[in-house]
Amino acid sequence: MKLRKVTAASAAVLSLALAATACGSGKKKDDAAGGGSEAGGKITIGIKIDQPGIGLKTPDGSYTGFDVDVATYVAKELGYKESDIVFKETKSADRETAIERGDVKFIAASYSINDERLQKVDFAGPYLLAHQDILVRADDDSIKDPKDLNGKKLCSVTGSTSAKNVKEKLAPKAQLQEYGGYSECLTGLENKVIDALTTDDSILAGYAAQEAFKGKFKLAGFRMSNENYGIGLKKGDADLKKKINAALEKMVKDGSWDKAVEANFGPAGYKNEPAPKIGNIVK
Amino acid sequence: MFDFLDMNELLGAFWVTVKLTVYSALGSLIWGTMLAGMRVGPIPLMRGFGTVYVNVVRNIPLTVIIVFTSLGLYSTLGIALGGDTIPVINFRLAVLGLIAYTSAFVCEALRSGINTVPVGQAEAARALGLSFTQVLRLIVLPQAFRSVVNPMANVLIALTKNTTVASAIGVAEAAYLMKGLIEEYAALLLIAGVFALGFICLTLPTGLILGWVSKKVAVKR
Repeated sequence: MKLRKVTAASAAVLSLALAATACGSGKKKDDAAGGGSEAGGKITIGIKIDQPGIGLKTPDGSYTGFDVDVATYVAKELGYKESDIVFKETKSADRETAIERGDVKFIAASYSINDERLQKVDFAGPYLLAHQDILVRADDDSIKDPKDLNGKKLCSVTGSTSAKNVKEKLAPKAQLQEYGGYSECLTGLENKVIDALTTDDSILAGYAAQEAFKGKFKLAGFRMSNENYGIGLKKGDADLKKKINAALEKMVKDGSWDKAVEANFGPAGYKNEPAPKIGNIVK
Repeated sequence: MFDFLDMNELLGAFWVTVKLTVYSALGSLIWGTMLAGMRVGPIPLMRGFGTVYVNVVRNIPLTVIIVFTSLGLYSTLGIALGGDTIPVINFRLAVLGLIAYTSAFVCEALRSGINTVPVGQAEAARALGLSFTQVLRLIVLPQAFRSVVNPMANVLIALTKNTTVASAIGVAEAAYLMKGLIEEYAALLLIAGVFALGFICLTLPTGLILGWVSKKVAVKR
């Protein structure tokens, strides 16, 4: 197995390079990965910072979004003050690594639970059940059914699961345009070069609810897949998982969950699913 | 361990990378040579155009150029370069962007080669009654090309790696497949390692072969 040796070697070199860059942040490691919930320390949580309604960094440096609200609630339940929470961007590709390395205590970043990921990390939750959906121009009534997408021009983000679903299952004859971010897709959608933008309805709702796009786009309401958003944490940390699950249950019970949904997705007319039961992963 | 590795997928993606590289290399060799000709030419307007083009394009990040071809030329102005489906249109737009960008570097590499040709050569050619284009075509450029194989190899290697930027507008090349696999399999280091290796397989021979060529054709002065 020559190949394996070479790959292992190159992987080692790469990991060294990554580790070297990761240490440049000047943060103390033990802040992020302490054991248990000792009050007084800080807690680092991984979120998305570029998804309106889910996790977004505002120009003044604060964070908004449903994932942020959930993460904040959970951290408070774990015994941290709001001022002790440090949010850190974890890009999709980076999430497992950030947990394994202990950069973050847990991750709430539109993180769908799937079997491949379960091999590397554990999930608390799910705390939201989203579905793949499409966003179309508000005046466009030509797409009534996912089958109508065949022959249409669809847009999604490069390498995303949504894009793959379209290609392989939903509408193999659709033309797929992929960009690095959803904002580029929205430009195309406005200019009528693209007919629909597809990804999780929660993310779409967040975009449609933005000031700049109010009334321009609408969700079609197709439930084309099940995305169970969970809170990712280190594999085998049963204690933390239990605590987070308890916090999530409490959040649903005391009405904070509904409030967070309304605050973040309300303006888009997003018909969200009721809060999922802990441990109930809808395939 | 390597369950994400579908050889056909991988080779297909790298084939697109190779195609992007080859078309862009040929295109930028032609356009870059023309730019170099302009920059050493006798007409001030052309000299000015060449200088401005090189200095502007060289200083814009490639990602901005490639995304502009898609969002600016295609989305906003409707320029599709004769393509009819999105994959074809994006491929052509990416090649256009890569040519526009790489030509600036080809031009500068070639101009440094032109500067190595002794002035006496051009003067002798003029004395024989050759026109400017003839001097360039028959006397100066052949010698210039022979002395810039190495810098050109560097530009070609950079271009090979730069093709990964095309994934930003959804061209299904190697980096695009890599993003998809990482999203799906959550094995960042392993997947990135395989793709890094793939690129080394492309660029290392390029460097070695062109290094050998440069020794063969160098002008002995």
